[in-house]
Amino acid sequence: MAFIRVTSPHAHSANSTAGVMRQVLLATLPGLAALTVYFGPGTLLNLLLACTAAVAFEAAVLKLRQRPVMFYLRDYSALVTAVLLGLALPPYCPWWVVVVGIFFAIVVAKHLYGGLGYNPFNPAMVGYVVLLISFPLEMSQWATPKGALVDGQSLPALGEALSKVFGVADLDGYSSATPLDTLRQSSGQTLEDLYRGAAIFASGRWAGNGWEWVNIAFLLGGAYLLYKRIFTWHAPVAMLASLGVLAIVFYDSGSSNSAGSPLFHWLSGATMLGAFFIVTDPVTSAVSNKGRLIYGAGVGVLVFVIRTWGNYPDAVAFAVLLMNFAAPFIDYYTVPRTYGHNKAPRATAKKVE
Amino acid sequence: MRQIWDIHGGVHPPENKHQSLQSPLGTIALAAELVLPLNQHIGNPAIPVVRIGQRVLKGELIADAQGIFSACIHAPTSGEIIAIEDRPIAHPSGLSAPCIVLRPDGENRWTDLHPCDDPTLLDHAALVEKIRRAGLAGMGGAGFPTAVKLNPRSTDVVETLILNGTECEPYITADDMLMRVYADEIIQGALLLARIVGSPKEILVGIEDNKPEAIAAMQTAAQGTAVEVVVFPTKYPSGGEKQLIQILTGKEVPSGKIPAQIGVLVQNVGTAYAAWRAVRYGEPLIERVTTVVGEALTVQRNIRVPLGTPVAHVLEQHGFSAAKCARIIIGGPMMGYSIEEPQVPVVKTTNCIMAPSHDEMPPAPPAQACIRCGLCAEVCPATLLPQQLYWYAQAEDFQRLENHNLFDCIECGACSFVCPSAIPLVQYYRAAKNSIRRLDAEKQKADRARERFEQRKERIARAEAEKEAKRLARKKAADEMKSRLDEQKPAAPLPDPVAAAQEKAQTVPDDADGQSKKLGRQLESVQSRLQHLQQQIAECEDAARRDALTAQLRQAELKLEDVRKKQDDLERGVSLPLDQRLQNVAQKIQASPLEAQRNAVATIEKRLAVAVEKMEDAAREQKPTLAAFTQGVEKLRLKLAEAQAELAELERQPISSDSVNPEENAAAAAIARAQAKAAAAANMSAEEKHAEQLQSLRGRVDKARAKLAEAEASGSEHIAALRTGLEKLQAKLAELEQGK
Ligand code: SF4
Ligand code: SF4
Repeated sequence: MAFIRVTSPHAHSANSTAGVMRQVLLATLPGLAALTVYFGPGTLLNLLLACTAAVAFEAAVLKLRQRPVMFYLRDYSALVTAVLLGLALPPYCPWWVVVVGIFFAIVVAKHLYGGLGYNPFNPAMVGYVVLLISFPLEMSQWATPKGALVDGQSLPALGEALSKVFGVADLDGYSSATPLDTLRQSSGQTLEDLYRGAAIFASGRWAGNGWEWVNIAFLLGGAYLLYKRIFTWHAPVAMLASLGVLAIVFYDSGSSNSAGSPLFHWLSGATMLGAFFIVTDPVTSAVSNKGRLIYGAGVGVLVFVIRTWGNYPDAVAFAVLLMNFAAPFIDYYTVPRTYGHNKAPRATAKKVE
Repeated sequence: MRQIWDIHGGVHPPENKHQSLQSPLGTIALAAELVLPLNQHIGNPAIPVVRIGQRVLKGELIADAQGIFSACIHAPTSGEIIAIEDRPIAHPSGLSAPCIVLRPDGENRWTDLHPCDDPTLLDHAALVEKIRRAGLAGMGGAGFPTAVKLNPRSTDVVETLILNGTECEPYITADDMLMRVYADEIIQGALLLARIVGSPKEILVGIEDNKPEAIAAMQTAAQGTAVEVVVFPTKYPSGGEKQLIQILTGKEVPSGKIPAQIGVLVQNVGTAYAAWRAVRYGEPLIERVTTVVGEALTVQRNIRVPLGTPVAHVLEQHGFSAAKCARIIIGGPMMGYSIEEPQVPVVKTTNCIMAPSHDEMPPAPPAQACIRCGLCAEVCPATLLPQQLYWYAQAEDFQRLENHNLFDCIECGACSFVCPSAIPLVQYYRAAKNSIRRLDAEKQKADRARERFEQRKERIARAEAEKEAKRLARKKAADEMKSRLDEQKPAAPLPDPVAAAQEKAQTVPDDADGQSKKLGRQLESVQSRLQHLQQQIAECEDAARRDALTAQLRQAELKLEDVRKKQDDLERGVSLPLDQRLQNVAQKIQASPLEAQRNAVATIEKRLAVAVEKMEDAAREQKPTLAAFTQGVEKLRLKLAEAQAELAELERQPISSDSVNPEENAAAAAIARAQAKAAAAANMSAEEKHAEQLQSLRGRVDKARAKLAEAEASGSEHIAALRTGLEKLQAKLAELEQGK
């Protein structure tokens, strides 16, 4: 009678990579709902397109790389990438924009670097940046939120939305400047004037109609993930904190030179999506908790800098990619001290002390 | 309330302790055969002192400790010794090892015991001896001989004695049960151990807060004694020795040191109990409390089981169903190991036997890619970066592994437990540790062999030098005689040829010869590495890994070239002793181009001859270096042809006038520089030399002293030898110091 030999530990906790990914997907639901309520069904279409394309690309590449397709598809990582990119893209953007973005995210940024766990750059953000640089026009046409529509207009219905996405009708009349754009182009106006004058601010409360609630919804989703201990608080909190601190420093009491209040920065653009769903991507961030603090803070600073002095409407994608570059470097300097040792080792040092 | 410190990381696996705590501590029927491995502890195996066929009584010594680092073994019951042979034992790799097999006669008759009514009357040595004779070895898991642990180095003062009643592993309740039932005796044991190690300031019993009954019992028993029961939150692996020390004292055991060096001694509660039984009642360690648990059993509980009882017998007594059982585990689910062969016996360290059902312990899901989530780093009690270790272990980058303190990993399994990708991390670490240990051992062996070889070479060289010196001395005498005869006037003091020859003989072996040997070795190792890599690349399927290997290959090729170049240089005389080089250069300067070219041809011819010889050697012995040598020979042949062509050319030309060319000047300058250098080295004053000698001798004395201290602590047999060595060194030192 012989029994099998297995090495310890014999017990395993219930969490699995697929489980983590499923939780992340679940946590994007509030944000998705808010986007749909304020901007119409455009984001839903984005997601549908993105997910279909992602699964197709992933399966094709796995096949080419001769890996078991179903085994890897079931880790849900491709879907997470697709959902995050879909949420970040402007609603009603043409279908081919989504497909090209997903191609770069899944095939180039992920699999050409060796697949899940080996990619140095966040795939969704790579896809986003490629699109932003290649198709600036399509990428800067954001739909007008519900509350800021001119009288008599309403959000597009599903049929209308489909015809926009597949290029039969264009988005004119539905698109308008985002709060971040509005602030950038508002030379000479104090914040107070701006908040009263521009439609998008006037119909909102803190950071522009719709946008503020979308961000709050992502914040909720993020809080759920924190509660579930899917990731640690270090990177998102550091990012929001550094962004907030810089906003206070350059607030300039709301003058015409003001870069916007902390609340404005927290609740506009992709801040919360970035903080809780992008910066927390384990693969491309720093490893240790200390490293994650630095990494998150770096993203926050870059976001503010690019938003305020850069040329692009939003900055999260660039900031994240830049910090992805820096992650190995951060890891090098943040190796924790081992029990019973006086000094932390250097990450890439080869010599044994 | 005493302060409790927290440890880094840790996990909370389901405790599953209630199953085995429903029934009281039980006993089982004696097995038909008891199998007692000679090595149930860390250290030397015990030596049997019984014959096959001999009848023994319960508690009788059947195998004696071999040296200090060992433990005795006693008969768990009365009966007959029926075999002394290899049997499968409980070991992670399914080993067989020498065992004494006892067939019980069912009478369970005790041998004469020597109880001691008042252990306070015994002195340290007597107490330690009693514990040693009882065969005690750490009962928590490792099986460290208790008597050794109770004899710390004279320099280490134990300030805190800790009894480990943590039992942080899920499922196991053996210590819990022991504390509930035998609290008084454990406390007596604690006081006894404290007395043995010199009455430390604190005597603590650490217990996790998930054992309220055990805590209550221990607290009652400890009332009015110096023992303090400390309760702390449940978390795995609080019961690891290093972790428990940190929790109770806030101190960390420095890497590579033992707890005694920071004034702490940890003993398992089971060991304390056994120590008390051994001293008070004279009972040797012949049984222990073990948890028998798992859903493949109908009865789950703790039992007192005689050592040597086969696991299969224990399971049988608890309604075991083999069909239901997923695996049999010795120890807990986090650190225990599974066994294939249920006939293996219970030994001194067996604290749990698990027979989980398939639902209880399903096979591990297939591992996925590491997503660098960092959960593993968060739970690691040693504050390592398990994901990084995993990365390097896969790449077999042993240096980085050591640099990332792989050897501080306690293999607790917390990282594997939480990993969402279900990567068997600990398995990688174990494999890497084994490889590193093996490589180290191999290297040591090679080093020793090389040392021996070099010593031998030196001896031969010295003998030759002496011969040469004698020859020269004779010549000198003859010369002197001759000159006296010739001119009848006092000869000018000649340079002492004897000393010169000796000096030369000493420089040659480690300059030219030694170096060429060294290069030869290097060449061989690089070449075998190249082959190995090529083979690996051919077999490797993973693209990333192949890239890494190719990079290594390229490096090895570079290295090979480097070594070859050095070898060339050496043969051409670049690394020859200084004076010889000077001669060469001088000759070169003097020689006309024609002559120089002739010389060059001659040199190449000589080198070619040597190379061909080597090649033939290699071919005969079928060495892997053959290819390299063949290549070298080919190159030399080409070179020779070239040189010969040039020579022919020169011979056709009329001899040019001896113009002073810049090359000559440069060479002359080089000579001057080298001579100055040699002179400086020779001029090191006697005082400086003396100082240097003094310093090196002091260093050696220090080292010898440290070694002696170590030997004393571990009770090595070399103490006497080391001591005389030290004394000799000290005498020498004193002499030298006086000479100043
Ligand atoms: S827990 Fe597993 S997946 Fe996460 S970083 Fe560690 S090894 Fe990688
Ligand atoms: S097994 Fe080693 S690396 Fe893993 S958690 Fe335990 S100590 Fe850390």
